[in-house]
Amino acid sequence: MQADVKLDTLGYFCPMPIILTSKKIKELTLGQVLEVVSDDEGIKKDMPAWCDTTGHQMVGMEEEQAASGRIYKAFVKKTK
Amino acid sequence: MQMTQIEPSATLAQLQESKPDKVTIVLLSGDLDRAMAAFIIATGAAAMGMQVTVFFTFWGLNTIRKQGATSSAKDWLRRMFGMLNKGGAENLPLSRFHFGGLGTSMMKLVMKQNRMPGVPELMETALDLGVRFIACTTTMGLMGITKDTLIEGIDQFAGVTTYLAEARQGSVNLFI
Repeated sequence: MQADVKLDTLGYFCPMPIILTSKKIKELTLGQVLEVVSDDEGIKKDMPAWCDTTGHQMVGMEEEQAASGRIYKAFVKKTK
Repeated sequence: MQMTQIEPSATLAQLQESKPDKVTIVLLSGDLDRAMAAFIIATGAAAMGMQVTVFFTFWGLNTIRKQGATSSAKDWLRRMFGMLNKGGAENLPLSRFHFGGLGTSMMKLVMKQNRMPGVPELMETALDLGVRFIACTTTMGLMGITKDTLIEGIDQFAGVTTYLAEARQGSVNLFI
């Protein structure tokens, strides 16, 4: 999946990935997609919940195996 | 019996319509773990665009006292109490496993190694995200805590009515 802006939150636990996302999304323009990279499994549920509440659009979630463990990539489209 | 399926987003929208997205937290505890839980919820909610108010009372006031702050209360009894009851977000003990400071130091080290923000960092983030801090004036008086010994950024100094006026509009109310 293609993203316009990438946000690295590797090594951060809840609630930091969401807080960093809420700050970063302000820098995007409408319609742009933000990719949030995290190794906290909670993001799989937390990011859709955040999108549901804030009104941004969850466009995808990818999971991959890295040397250090599993990595999650959440794609969020700025809609407001 | 026929079950009706409700879309999760629809129920959420209905909820938001019926109640404003407001979170109020009463922090009575001055324990590291409890304060962390309170600020994680506060910052998380603020990041979700909710309005958050934290009401600090009793030992919870210790989190918003300046580092190493004593007391400038007028009578000696309260001044003494303010001196014995050490304040500052850096000084909070764990509710369990404190072990005279050893357990708490170990926990802080583990948190640091895992890049987990501590209470002072979480509080700063909370203020940054617009979380409102209210200090309870009644317990401030009781415990010999004066305004000048509290950190910057306290939104209001108030009592139970202010808290209730906020809380009755909220959809999430927590007492920690």
